[in-house]
Amino acid sequence: MINNTDAVRVIDSNREDAVVVPTMNAGNVRFGLPSVTTNQNLDLPISGAMGKASNVGLGIALAQPGRKVMVLDGDGSLLMNLGALVTTSTKAPKNFYHFLFNNGVYAVTGGQPIPGSDGVTNWEEIARGAGYAAVFSFDNLEDFTTGISEVLAAEGPVFIHLAVEPEIENTPVQFRTRASRTAQQAYEEVTAALAGDN
Amino acid sequence: MTTEVYESVLHPQSLVAELKKNSVSHVVWLPDSETNFLYNMMMEEPTLDLIPVCREGETMAVAAGLWVGGANPVVLIQNTGVFEAGDSIRGLCLDLNQPLVMLVGYRGWTRRGPTPDSAGRFIEHILHAWGINYYLVETDDDADRISIAFEESQRLNRPVAVLIGTEFGA
Repeated sequence: MINNTDAVRVIDSNREDAVVVPTMNAGNVRFGLPSVTTNQNLDLPISGAMGKASNVGLGIALAQPGRKVMVLDGDGSLLMNLGALVTTSTKAPKNFYHFLFNNGVYAVTGGQPIPGSDGVTNWEEIARGAGYAAVFSFDNLEDFTTGISEVLAAEGPVFIHLAVEPEIENTPVQFRTRASRTAQQAYEEVTAALAGDN
Repeated sequence: MTTEVYESVLHPQSLVAELKKNSVSHVVWLPDSETNFLYNMMMEEPTLDLIPVCREGETMAVAAGLWVGGANPVVLIQNTGVFEAGDSIRGLCLDLNQPLVMLVGYRGWTRRGPTPDSAGRFIEHILHAWGINYYLVETDDDADRISIAFEESQRLNRPVAVLIGTEFGA
């Protein structure tokens, strides 16, 4: 299992000028991308529309075909919008990298198991069957650290399954650490950063 | 023997012309029963990139990403899909002040007699509840309302709906 913060750090350190669209644990301000990012202007956390981070990333990838787009999805999130895998593979953007943070639980609501988390669901087969061009899977930090170069050299859409440790939150929502920038600010900043590139 | 004649009063050419006039780059859509002639015409239009989705709630999210990336998308769905897409409309279109024109097939709309279809009865109430302004397009003569919707959405940074109240003809 890969620590959540270690996973986002490996991705961030290999991002170059990629836009990164994280959600749930991967976008958490304490242990997700915002805690390690080296290019906040190209981070677009999506939490306001259940399961739609990959759709937002797809739109950016299609509008910006010369720039990599990395979506950091959650397993519970992807289950809410499983058809997005087929939507993505239908347009087949070569610059699209879909990381699945599989922690087996709804971490932000207290750690309840997600459907299929008892081992009956095979995410790699789902992605392959949906039509992704390449599929990778990592369950330890060392392999992920050495393997990410091959991942990012592959032509998209690429699906990367990561077995990660859940960061379960039980603190009442009103007492949790809030992001330093609102979703609206992030939307405006990334739009401005990309202006003129399409 | 009588022959029923179904006269189309809104042609897909009118809508496509409005999309081109407003420099639309992408149509993010899920077909409904009223848009097949439009689909055929959009497929033949080289300036439009069609993005089919599996569920209507995806359309607003893909459109948000396209907008962030500098493109100029519209969404094309049926009113039943607006109900399905509620959380995307709330969490993306409204919370992010997305200047998005949503072309919405108005299933159940009629000017004559009762409207038994709940999709027709509820849609305007739902749009009112969200504070989303909308325009009704039923004939080619109404098509310029689509440009009004574009102007309004971009001026106010708000989603604006265009309710397509009739079936497209060939």
